[in-house]
Order: sequence, then structure tokens, then C-alpha cells
Amino acid sequence: MDTGGTPIETHPGGVVRGADRPARLVRLVTSPLALALPAAVYLGLFYFYPMAAILQASFARASGGAGGAGAAIVAVLESSATFKVIAFTFYEATLSTLITLAVGLPGAYLMARYRFRGQGLLRALTAVPFVLPTLVVAAGFNALLGPQGWVNLGLMSVFGLPAPPINFVNSLAAILAAHVFYNTTIVLRLVGDFWSHLDPRLPAAARVLGASRWRTAGEVTLPLLTPAIAAAALLVFIFDFTSFGVILVLGGPTFATLETEIYRQTVYAFNLPTAAVLALVQLGCTLGLTIVYTRLSRRVTVPQTLRAASETRRPLLCWRERLGAGLLVTLLAVLLITPMLALAVRSVTQPGRGNGPGAAASGFTVAYYQALSTNPSNSIFLVPPQAAVGNSLLIATTTVLLTLGFGLPTAWALAGRGDASRNNADRRRLADGLDALLMLPLGTSAVTLGLGFIVALNRPPLDLRASPVLLPLAHTLVALPFVVRSLVPALRSIRPRLRQAAVVLGASPARVWREVDLPLVGRAVLVAATFAFTISLGEFGATAVIARPESPTVPMAIYRFLSLPGALNYGQALALSTILMLVCTAGILAIERLRVADVGEF
Amino acid sequence: MLEVIAITKRFGAHTAVDGVSFTLAGGEVLALLGPSGSGKSTLLSLIAGLEAPDGGELCWDGQSLLATPTHQRGFGLMFQDYALFPHKDVTANVGFGLRMQGQARAEVASGVTWALDLVGLAGFEHRDVNTLSGGEQQRVALARALAPRPRLLMLDEPLGALDRALRERLLDELGAILRRLRQTAIYVTHDQDEAFALADRLLVLRDGRVAQAGAPAEVYAAPANRFVAEFLGLKNILPGVVQREAGRATAQTALGRLPLGQRDLQDGAAVEVVLRPDGARLVEAGTNGAGSFKLEGKIVEKSFRGDHNQVLLAVGDHRLSFNFPAAQTLPAAGESLSLTLGPAAIHVMPAAGAETPTTVTPHA
Repeated sequence: MDTGGTPIETHPGGVVRGADRPARLVRLVTSPLALALPAAVYLGLFYFYPMAAILQASFARASGGAGGAGAAIVAVLESSATFKVIAFTFYEATLSTLITLAVGLPGAYLMARYRFRGQGLLRALTAVPFVLPTLVVAAGFNALLGPQGWVNLGLMSVFGLPAPPINFVNSLAAILAAHVFYNTTIVLRLVGDFWSHLDPRLPAAARVLGASRWRTAGEVTLPLLTPAIAAAALLVFIFDFTSFGVILVLGGPTFATLETEIYRQTVYAFNLPTAAVLALVQLGCTLGLTIVYTRLSRRVTVPQTLRAASETRRPLLCWRERLGAGLLVTLLAVLLITPMLALAVRSVTQPGRGNGPGAAASGFTVAYYQALSTNPSNSIFLVPPQAAVGNSLLIATTTVLLTLGFGLPTAWALAGRGDASRNNADRRRLADGLDALLMLPLGTSAVTLGLGFIVALNRPPLDLRASPVLLPLAHTLVALPFVVRSLVPALRSIRPRLRQAAVVLGASPARVWREVDLPLVGRAVLVAATFAFTISLGEFGATAVIARPESPTVPMAIYRFLSLPGALNYGQALALSTILMLVCTAGILAIERLRVADVGEF
Repeated sequence: MLEVIAITKRFGAHTAVDGVSFTLAGGEVLALLGPSGSGKSTLLSLIAGLEAPDGGELCWDGQSLLATPTHQRGFGLMFQDYALFPHKDVTANVGFGLRMQGQARAEVASGVTWALDLVGLAGFEHRDVNTLSGGEQQRVALARALAPRPRLLMLDEPLGALDRALRERLLDELGAILRRLRQTAIYVTHDQDEAFALADRLLVLRDGRVAQAGAPAEVYAAPANRFVAEFLGLKNILPGVVQREAGRATAQTALGRLPLGQRDLQDGAAVEVVLRPDGARLVEAGTNGAGSFKLEGKIVEKSFRGDHNQVLLAVGDHRLSFNFPAAQTLPAAGESLSLTLGPAAIHVMPAAGAETPTTVTPHA
């Protein structure tokens, strides 16, 4: 036969292609092992090394010298102070989780089983509290329920009271309220999304077979939901366990959890060994919880039969349902929106001076915002708050670049290219291992991360004490799990069929990447970048430990303002918090618009 | 013109395509018919270049295709699940192939318009593909495959995801389009109705091998073996042995001696005899055509199927199924029924094990 111009070699091995060697190089570089390498190296240097340094520091002799290294650890662990701290941490976390479940589960039921107007908006708004920096939340509750907050001011002026009647701040109630505010959205999302995808024919089948409503709920619905509820409860518990800003600001000096104690021992007492021991205890607890959570969440993200949410929801029919839904929605709205609203409004309001009748008129003012841009001479800052804003933006941008740089190849490795068969078993194992590794920073408290940085990265070969990349590196650790988890579903959604269709229609491999992969991934990259940006802006735990006083970030500035007396400082704290809140809200709403709904990925 | 020569593909220990050979002339529509797992879709992937064969040769107009990468083969492929690009609208999807060919914007636009007109979706240019119905998506997928005027169009069970009424309608439209364009095409399906409706030639596949090839009418009239017969829905298959007497052949079966007409068959050969369900006639008094076979049995079951009645007849230990026109009155279930089978209703195939069609053996 006439072979024309193209050289032919038909041999049993397959096809001879001209461009074989570069293709092999590309395949090597994009193999899952190579893709996972950058993140693995990063974690090794900036997570495992600091954690190991903490371990080492905890063996350091206490200043005092008596007894061996082991005795020092034991002394810390045995002290009643430590026991009280650990006990209280568990106590507040458990209480917060229970209340969050009590508030969130009815909400999840409403969102999952019913369809009503404004559902989309409510769903988007419930995402906002979760990304708000802890300090903003604390400031918001302060603005609502603090001594100079709305409720107290209102009560004072209405009843002519000399002193704020409600002593909310610096109480356990304040901590619990803030925690519920923060974490209700986790229950709503995780349980609600899972519930909405459950096959409604399963309880229907039970009813036909003779089970009453309650029997069905207990024997069919609840067991099916248990993985989701457990996963949500666990995640909420982990967040409450490692809560820092809320305890510090709303709890005040009388309350101490592991997290705040580590912070105090590090920054105020300069007692690194004690801090290290506490950090180890905390690490042990959170790691154990995180492992359990990862196992559970795998069962949650693959429900038995996924039904489209549009099939499972029904509209509100009778008036009782409408009333119940209305009350629940109002409760959720009040809980989730009021503190932030109070914050914003309070930041532009000057309360009247004095008490009782004849008090000076209160009114709208931008004095606090103006004060932000100046640096009054009595400020103890060496730099104006403006510089804090500039620092935060710079650090956030660097964080975005770092997280994307390390996160994209990792997400690619985790998502797989969707080729059939071949090394599927190996790939799965690698993906599972990588996933577990990535969850570690999520399960480690930010303060501990910061402590690790201080202890490890202040000596050669990695002396980054004075380096400006220290904070971005820490923020990247915190943001990486979120970034990767938001990239993986998007990458997985690129079905190999689509690439095949493009190839058959004449697209060269480079063209396929440009026309199919890139656009589909672009959105996810934008979402991930926004995530990283907002997380970095609001990060407080690690920053509190690492940041240097001459280059503060916005959360640090807010904290300083909050801890200083005086109405002007308080006002500036509120003003800065409002700005931060608006930026983060804009970010999360943008994410909601861009993101394709998936089954509760946290 | 496409030549497939002894193409083989293995996945691990499993051979998906085992030495399949056929040719396809320009303008011809070839149907690949077979159950799931018979290798039909793999064969399409091999021809398109998405998979590389483990053996064999693939030629277009005499030139080997094996060294040509997929995106340069100039073929079209319509997937079973359409595989429309979700991030592009209808125009961008349909115009994709034309853009890859490097055509100017005006040509791309006119090509898109032509393709959308062809499939009856004029006006859908800026629709979001994710909001289209199943039938509309199928048509967009077809338009996308046709727009670059491929020299060969492959369709992988394109009507599988649609409901019956839609499937019937789109089947007709598809046939009309293929004929109008005189498009060379390979149509993969497990549904014989689709295959019969569209194909000029038929290839029945089983476990990666060709069980029979031919025009649809030929294959239906004369299936080569039990597998093909059963796959086409022919029932009443009985084993038998050929006996020749005085130039005429009969088959000795459990039902008796069946006349086989003038076919040249070897005496003593093991065969399978098919009694075509639609070939039975009720016995009319006095008539008994030469070469006919009379059968009597009891009606076990009678069911109405729209244009015909299906009767399950118990003859001795055997259950045989026959179809009669709906207008014809039949005895009730439980009564006996006599019918005759003419020579056209009796078809003989080699017994299982002999894959090749019966060869003409000169009688010694």
C-alpha cells in the first residue's frame, strides 16, 4: 500500500509518535508524586520542623534547673493550673458544640427539606460569619452587648441607669454566644447539604412498610444522617477547642483555654518550655479529633444515592410550616446578622456623654474613621493604623501567591487526571496520604503554629526571624487546606470525556489545556485565591505570636485598640473592624457567586 | 474509504477487540451491533485514535492512520453522554472544530449556522448548554460533530439516553441527515431497530469478534449462528441433524422432520434450525403447500402486542413462540392450534462452535 509521507511502523507495542520524548517528560513532571512534592517539602519545612522544635523545646530545662527534662514536663502537666485550663477548654468546647447543634439542626432541616423565597440569600449570608476574623466577631458582640454596646446604652438611657446593667462581656455566655454565631453555618451547610441530597424515597418506603413518622425518623433518617451530624459536630468542636480571639477578647483575663494559655506563656511570660508542653497536649487532642473527622467526612461526601436537591425539596404548605419557618429564619437572621450590624452602626455613632436626662446628644460621626488615618501623639503606636492596613494587604497578597503556587499542583495530584485504570490503587493511596497530611495544619491551632515558627525558625539554617516572609509563610499553612479543598472538586469535575471530545474535534494537547482545563479551573482558582486572601487578612492566632510590634497587621491593630481604654480607641477598633468585615464579606459573597455548589466541602 | 485490518486491543488480561476486520466505502453507513461488552465502543476509540491498538492496521484511502494523532485524523465522534463543553455556549461548542481547523471567524460563524439549521436548532446560538433538554443536547452534540464536515462520523449510542418517542423521531431525522449529506458513518448501538433503520451494512459483534456481517435484510433473513439469531430476537431455535434423500435435505429435530428446501447441506451435519415467529400460517382446510411443515400444539399463553398477537404454543415438551396479525382470530388460551410453516419460515444455521457461515460442500 502507498504509505505517502508519514512514516509508518506497525508493531505490536502500539503507535509510534514523533513527539515521544517531550511527552514522556511532561508525563513525569505531571505524575502525582512530582505534583505533590512542593507541598510536601513546604509542610516538611514549615510544619513538621517547627512541630519537632516544639517537642524539643518542651524538654528544655525550666529556668530554675532542678530535676531532669522529663520532670519539667511532668511538673507542667501535673499542676492544677494546667488541669484547670484543659478542663475548661473541653468544657467550653462541648457546651458550645451542643448549643450550636441545637440551633443548627432545625435550620439544616429547614434548608434541606423545604423550598422558599430568599433561601439562596439566606444560604449565602450564613457563610459570612464563618470567614469573619475572630476579632471582628468579638468586636461585633462587644458593640452589641458590651459595656458601651447598643443593648447596654439603650437600657441605660431608657431606664436611666448609672452603670451598664448587662455584664455580658468577660463571661462564659459571651464566649458561647460568639461560638454559636461562628459555627452554626457549619451545621447548616454540612448537615443541610447532605440532608438535601438524601433519597426521599427511603423514608417513603419505610412509611409504606408501616413505620410511623417518628419510627421512620429514628430508624431511617437519623442513621443516614449520623455521619453528617457527627462530622459537623466534630468540626465545630475542633474550632471551639482551638478558639483564640473570641476567648481572649470576649472572655477576658479570667478565662483561660489551652490556646490563650499558650499565647500568654509565650508572649507575656516568655516561658517557652511550658508553652511547648501545652502546645503538645493541644496538638495531641486536635490531631486525634482531626483524624476522626477525616474518616467521617469521607463517608459524608459520598452519600448513598445522590439526588438532585430540586427533587427533594418541597414548598412550605400549611400555615404551621410557614410560621415555624418564619420563626426559625428570624432567629437565624437575628443571631447571625445583628452583631455585625451593631458593629457597623456603632462604628459611626457617637454615644451621648453622661447619664440620665440631659445627656449630650448622640449622633452620626466619622470621627473614628478619621482618627484611623492620623496618628494622635498620645498613641503608643510607632506606626499609624494605615500602615497596618498596608502590611495586611501586602502579607495577604504574598499569601495568595504562595498558596496557589503550592496548592495548585497539590490539588492536581489529589484530583487525578481521570485516566481510567492503570495506577489507580497507587494513586488513591497517595491521594489519601496527601489529604491527611494537608489536614494537619487545619487541626493544629494557629497559636501553636506561631509558637512553632518562633521556636524553630530563629536559628540557622532557617533563620527567618527578621524576614518579612515569616507571616505569609504562617498564613499559607493556615490557608493551604482550604485552598486545596476548594480546588480539588473543580479539577475533578473536568471529565476526561470533555478532553476526548476536544481532541477528536482537532485540538492539539496544548489547545485542549487552554480550551477545556484552564477555563474550568480558572473559576476555582479565583475562588481559592479569594479564600486565601480573606483568611490571611483576618488571621489572628499565629499573627499574635509572631508579629513584631513595629509592623502590625489589621487584626493586631484592632486588638491593641480594644485593649486600650477610652472611647476614641474603642471607636477606632470598631471602625477598623468594620472595614475588615466589609472586605471579608465582599470576598465571601464573591466566592459564593463563583463557586459551583458541592456537597459540603470544608 | 476506511480499512480496518485485524485490529486487536487488550486491557490487561481482557481482550476487548479481537482481530476485527472490515472496510467502509465513502457515503456508507455501517452499524456496529452487539450487546454491552462486545467491544463496540472500544473499536470506535481505536478508529478515532483515543486508544492505540495492540495489533492490526488502520488505513484511510490506503494510508495508515496509526501514526496520526487523534486531532489530525479529521474524524467526528458523537459521544453517548454528549460531552458538551459546559463552559461554552451552543455557538462556541458547535464552532469548536471549525476553530481548530483554523478557519476565519466568518467561516466559523457560517459553519455554525449551517450545522444548527441542519439539526433544527436555528436560534439556539447563545443558549447555555447546561439548560438544554436531552433532545436538544443530543442535537447540539450532533451539530458539533458535523460542523467541521468530518470525512468519517462515528456515533456512539447517541439515542441511548432518550425516551422512546423522542428516540423514534430523532432516529428518522438522523437518518435523513446522514443520507442528505451522504456522510460516511459508523453507528454503534445495541438496539437492532436503530441499526436496521440507519445502516447500509451491519456488523454484529460478540466478545470483540465479528459474528456476522452483511446488509440488514440479509442478516435478518439469514442469521449465521445462534448468537446472532437470538440477539436479533429470533426464537424457536432447535438443534437438528441434516439428512439428504434424493437431492432434498431435511433436518431431523425433536419436532420431526423439517423440510429445508433446496439448500446444499452436508448429510449428517449438525445444525440449528430457526422457526421464524412471523412465518406461521393457520391451517386452512384442504391446503397443504409442498415443502410445508405442519405443527399442532396447545396455546399456553396469548398476548396482544399492538400490531400482532404473540402466541406461546406447547408442542410436546417444547414451547414455541409465533406471531399472528392482530386482525386474525385465534382460539383462546388452553385450546389447541394447528399451523403450517413454509420453507421460508424455516432457517438453518450451523451448530454452535462453527463460526463461519455454512459453506457449500459438493455432495460426493
